[in-house]
Parts: sequence; structure tokens; C-alpha cells
Amino acid sequence: MADIQIDRGEGTEEHGSAHAGHPSAREYVRIFFILGAITAVEVAIYYIRDEMGGWFLPVLFFLMGSKFVIVVLWYMHLKFDDRRYSRFFIMGIAGAATLYLVVLISLNVFAS
Amino acid sequence: MADVATTVAHDEHETTTGLPHTKLAMWLFLSSECLLFGALITTYVLYRNASVEGPFPADVFDIGYTSVSSFVLLASSLTMVLALAAAQKRDFMRMRLWLLATAMFGLTFVGGQVYEFTAFYREGLAINTNLFGTTFFVLTGFHGVHVTVGILMLLSLTGMSFADRLPDDPAFPVEMVGLYWHFVDIVWIIIFTVVYLIPTAPGAK
Repeated sequence: MADIQIDRGEGTEEHGSAHAGHPSAREYVRIFFILGAITAVEVAIYYIRDEMGGWFLPVLFFLMGSKFVIVVLWYMHLKFDDRRYSRFFIMGIAGAATLYLVVLISLNVFAS
Repeated sequence: MADVATTVAHDEHETTTGLPHTKLAMWLFLSSECLLFGALITTYVLYRNASVEGPFPADVFDIGYTSVSSFVLLASSLTMVLALAAAQKRDFMRMRLWLLATAMFGLTFVGGQVYEFTAFYREGLAINTNLFGTTFFVLTGFHGVHVTVGILMLLSLTGMSFADRLPDDPAFPVEMVGLYWHFVDIVWIIIFTVVYLIPTAPGAK
């Protein structure tokens, strides 16, 4: 019985190696402050949107995309994990974005 | 006995892809969720300016309040990864603490959403008032349900930890719940920008 426990323990190390390379707690906190700062900038530019003119939407989408990518790469660990996970996720995102962009274009949402 | 143990270990960790199937399935599930939320966000974008009568988005949205909710959800993502880091170190006390903190942040977010929905209702916006109301409540309501499911998963995980029912590698289930939780967070990142921060067309207020 003791053998079983020891072997499962070794198996655990295999899983443990899958986590190797994940950021440290300190890095997680640093990323949180970066995400918080980006959110604060998003809210700030909302209040000065009239002064920003045509730059408002591109900047807002850039900030949104930055937050999205940071969470996916660091908090969801796609930067550190096997690339096949990234492919599955990108497949879903790209599929959804393409499908719904075509829907919006076909319904003339961007016409004006 | 050792052979039996080896078989058990191999069954658990060696797969045809070389990747844990649970994690692969979770990523596939999240991938499919992109289609669900993509449909809801697209519908909102399509109809947000199509309401004939109010209330319109500019009449009801309180950006300051929603910004605080966004920070709360961001903070929950931090506590979630801290729980994972603690689980990887087999520091179960901290893991439980961070899991409970994540659930508390989630509850705060959902409570805030319930308050927001109630405030909108009092201002005359219900799910059947106009197209904006319908698409807004369905989109944010679905997201709220996802957060609620995440809270239940977090509390279950904490309960399993207290009952000593976590598997040999406690970091693995924490990572799986974490993936779901962070997905809910990235969906909110998009909703916050697309629904709340982008102003509606001038003609529709």
C-alpha cells in the first residue's frame, strides 16, 4: 500500500512539472497593478472622449485587447503552457470573431 | 503491488495527446463559450441603438459604479492565481484563504450586479421595455450566471479541501477552476468596454 502512495507521489511530480515556469506570487501582484492601471486609463479616457475625437475608440479597443491578452497569457498561463492549448483557444476566439464580424458587416452595422 | 501502482499512475498521466484530457476539455469548453458570448455581445451591438423609446444606455449607466465592479472582478482574478500558487506549494491554509477571498469578490460582484439591475428596473428599464433592455439584461445576466457558477465551484473546491478530498495534485483542480474564473473575467473585460464605455450613437441618445 505504501508503494501505491509513493508512486502516486511521483505522478504528482509529473503534474507539478506541468506547472513549472508559472509566474511567482509577486509577479501575479505586479500584473494585477498593470491591469488595474489600464482599467483606470480606460475609465479616465471615457470622461475625456469628446477631447480625444477619433482616437477614443481605437485607444479604448487597444486597452481592452491589452487587458485580455495579459490575463490570457499570464493568469491563464498560455504563455507558459503547451502551445496546443493556445491553438484550441485561438480557434474559438477567431471562429467567433469572424462569424459575428461577418454578421455585423452583412447587417450594415458599420455603414454609418 | 508496484506494477499496479505504475498502471494507476500511467492511466492518470499518460494520454494519447500527452496532455491532461481534463485541461484540454476545459480549453475546448472555453473555446465554445467564446461563441456563446460572441453571439450575445453581437446581438447587443446590433440592437443597442435600435430602441424606439427609452430608457437608453446614457440614461441608466453609472460608469463610476461599474468601474468599481470591474476592479472587484480583477481583484478576484489576482486572488485566484494566488490560490493556485499556494496549491502548487501545497500550502493548503493559504490556498483555502485565497479561494474564499475569490468567492467573496465574486459574491460582491454578483451582489453589485443585482443592485444595478434593481436600480435600472426602478428607472423604468426591464428586460421587455425595449431592445436595449432585452439585449443588455440577457448579456450581463448570462455573465452573472457564469460568475455564480464559478462561485459554487470555488466553494465546492474549498469544501473538498477541508474534507481532505482533493486529489494528490491539489493544484490541478484549482487550475481548472481558475481557467474558468479567468475566462469569466476576460468576458467582463470585453463587456465593460463594449457595453458600458462605448457611447451610443448620437441619434439614440
